[in-house]
Amino acid sequence: MLEVTDLDTFYGRAQILDGVTLRMDGGEVVALLGRNGAGKSTTMKSVMGLVRPARGRVRFLDRDITGRPSHAVCQMGLGYVPEDRRVFTELTVMENLEVGRQAPRDGVPEWTPERLFALFPNLAEMRNRPGGRMSGGEQQMLTIARTLMGNPRLILLDEPSEGLAPVIVEQMAQTIAALKTEGLTVLLSEQNLHFARMVADRAYIIEKGRMRFDGTMAELEANPDIRDAYLAV
Amino acid sequence: MGFYVAQFLTGLASAASLFLVASGLSIIFGVTRIVNFAHGSFFMLGAYLAYTIVQVLPHGILGFWGSVVAAALIVGVIGAAIEVLLLRRIYHAPELFQLVATFGVVLVIQDVTLWIWGAEDLVGPRAPGLDGAVRILGEPIPEYDLALIVIGPAVLAGIWLLFNRTRWGTLVRAATQDREMVGALGVNQSWLFTSVFFVGSALAGLGGAIQIPREAVSLLMDLNVIADAFVVTVIGGMGSVAGAFLAAVLIGELNAFGILVFPQITIVLAFLVMAVVLIVRPWGLLGRPEAPQRGAAGPLEAPLRAATGPAMAFAATVLALLAVLPWIADEFTLVLVGDILVFALFAASLHFIMGTGGMVSFGHAAYFGLGAYGAALVVKHLGAGMELGLLMAPVAAGIGALVFGWFCVRLSGVYLAMLTLAAAQIVWSIAFQWQDVTGGDDGLLGIWPAAWAGSKTVYYYLVLVLSAGGIYTLRRIVHAPFGYTLRAGRDSSLRVDAIGIDLRGHQWMAFTIAGVFAGLAGGLYVFSKGSIFPDTLAIPHSVDALIMVLLGGVQTLAGPVVGAVSFTLLEDWITRFDYWRIIFGAIILAICILAPEGIAGFALRLLPGRLTGRVEESAR
Repeated sequence: MLEVTDLDTFYGRAQILDGVTLRMDGGEVVALLGRNGAGKSTTMKSVMGLVRPARGRVRFLDRDITGRPSHAVCQMGLGYVPEDRRVFTELTVMENLEVGRQAPRDGVPEWTPERLFALFPNLAEMRNRPGGRMSGGEQQMLTIARTLMGNPRLILLDEPSEGLAPVIVEQMAQTIAALKTEGLTVLLSEQNLHFARMVADRAYIIEKGRMRFDGTMAELEANPDIRDAYLAV
Repeated sequence: MGFYVAQFLTGLASAASLFLVASGLSIIFGVTRIVNFAHGSFFMLGAYLAYTIVQVLPHGILGFWGSVVAAALIVGVIGAAIEVLLLRRIYHAPELFQLVATFGVVLVIQDVTLWIWGAEDLVGPRAPGLDGAVRILGEPIPEYDLALIVIGPAVLAGIWLLFNRTRWGTLVRAATQDREMVGALGVNQSWLFTSVFFVGSALAGLGGAIQIPREAVSLLMDLNVIADAFVVTVIGGMGSVAGAFLAAVLIGELNAFGILVFPQITIVLAFLVMAVVLIVRPWGLLGRPEAPQRGAAGPLEAPLRAATGPAMAFAATVLALLAVLPWIADEFTLVLVGDILVFALFAASLHFIMGTGGMVSFGHAAYFGLGAYGAALVVKHLGAGMELGLLMAPVAAGIGALVFGWFCVRLSGVYLAMLTLAAAQIVWSIAFQWQDVTGGDDGLLGIWPAAWAGSKTVYYYLVLVLSAGGIYTLRRIVHAPFGYTLRAGRDSSLRVDAIGIDLRGHQWMAFTIAGVFAGLAGGLYVFSKGSIFPDTLAIPHSVDALIMVLLGGVQTLAGPVVGAVSFTLLEDWITRFDYWRIIFGAIILAICILAPEGIAGFALRLLPGRLTGRVEESAR
């Protein structure tokens, strides 16, 4: 479904990604693991067309989307949930969802506000509250719900557990599991191995812009050396 | 009593058109972050188009209002076309470049309008069915004024519904906060921006069209209304439509009553109110403090480097050429080069606060003019000689900059720029109104150099020494620790504060230094021309300086000098043509699109790094 090949991305003269390669099949939940500054967010932004890779290819649904504007990428069914949430603080919950709304897509269950409120019961109680007056956990729910309004086939979740209370992290894991049962493909970036264990089928480990590991979660568990080298703080 | 009610209603009626223009400006700024100078031109086009269409359509109520709406729609389409053809290419350019580009549009529209409709003022028809007057408390009130009083709030309500009850409005409000995220959610920002431009321009066109029964249609409408629209938008809060309404009513009423108390004050009243509002509420009445906007960050500015050997050799060659110029050039060339030197110093002083300090001034002509008037006044009224005059010029401008700077450095970005504009407008109106001292519109005449400097050659050398010395001094300051602090503050004010530097104090000092050197340029200017007029302090002169800096390039130290040279030569040559504005506007637009880093920046890009002192791209 998603095929990223040899991606090099620079910020000014600093190289952030160095030959990043990954592929995902439909229905998978894949974790992109790595420390702060390893290149996880940049990988997602490069896929999404928010930064322009210098070299390499991104293919989605067998079409080349390298360097396409992000709105076109999104309209193909690739949803993006940014790390820092970026909720529209002056817009209400309902209006935030409206910004994300796109036409229904063949073969994808259509998301409506009502279905999303079933998935995120907290949001249902604050339909008319401005995004700026919500807690971090609520904003995280809203930003995911907002992206789902675009009926994506694949969703890029950038550090969904970051800065959340343990109870909310638990809820988040259940939500991702629920999205998987809906048939959604998920790529999530994480520093938190514990969280990835709860939700992911496979994992990539990225360090200094390079892929260091590619395998199932079971294989990662069987290799404590790799885990310690690239993930332990 | 009846008289005051009538005056009140007149104020409300004149607020309507002002509100329409300002709301359009505010909407466009809110989403695209472009301060659109050409917005006044859209207003003017609306008036001209309505004037023409109303003659084509059948007479009557439908014909009149039909032509008003048609004019607004056509202006909307023109605005959208300008967005697609021009502004879309420069959204990523520095904010000021966009401003200058829209000023290029102003010039082009000026000449196109002149060519189509001619230079004569045109008087439009009265509105059918509303051409009488009703008596309210015994005072006659034009019926059309009452219609305008209704139109203002009706349009406000319409805009509110559009923004709060439609998907388009929701998307626009989201884009105002974070355009990149809106794009990542599948919304094509380009078309969103174009549609915003259509709505904003149409509102300006509507504002102009409904004015035709009230005022003659003329070529001066564009710049007249843009200054007022800026003021109203800033008082109300950039991006706030309700704020624009409130501010338009405030200004409309203050003008209506101010004219009874102290007629001379109306010229500056709006600017005085703006200055007060900005000091009390720096983000306007209903605006919000400016949060750093996402997804619109410009490129990082490269560090400045000290001049390299070849660059110094080049500068020395130019200086040597300038020194021997009197032997090889005629008197006309000598005067022209003297002007260029004066403007180079003026532009360099503006560049000092803009490029190094990151503070954009829309009113730098105030300090040039204060210097010029300071010198002229001591000569005229105290009988002082040129020497004292030239000493007085930087002092007067420095004091002015010290006073205005204290207010201005409290703000940043567009608001700071607007306050500098207000300051300049206040100085201008004092020079314009205070007939006894400044000579008003007639200016001050007969301000000539001392006998020893009376010959063109000697005065040229005086200008050369003081201008080159001034530019050199500014350059030294940029490379001194004081300059480091300013540049650090420009790039990250929070961090500079956090390491214990009083940034505001440094910026205040920088503002004053820039004023001092602009004043010196003004002093040199007045003795070379022998006279001084209020025009020197007016908005177009401030814009000239901005264009010089931007033509040359904000990010290069040589920029203002290159800009002053090209601007002065270009102006000297082009103003000989009838339609010089359209040529000049086209040149500005071409530079904005082709060389957004300015002429000097463009040249630097072409030269090898070793000559320019840039770091070579290191292979990784």
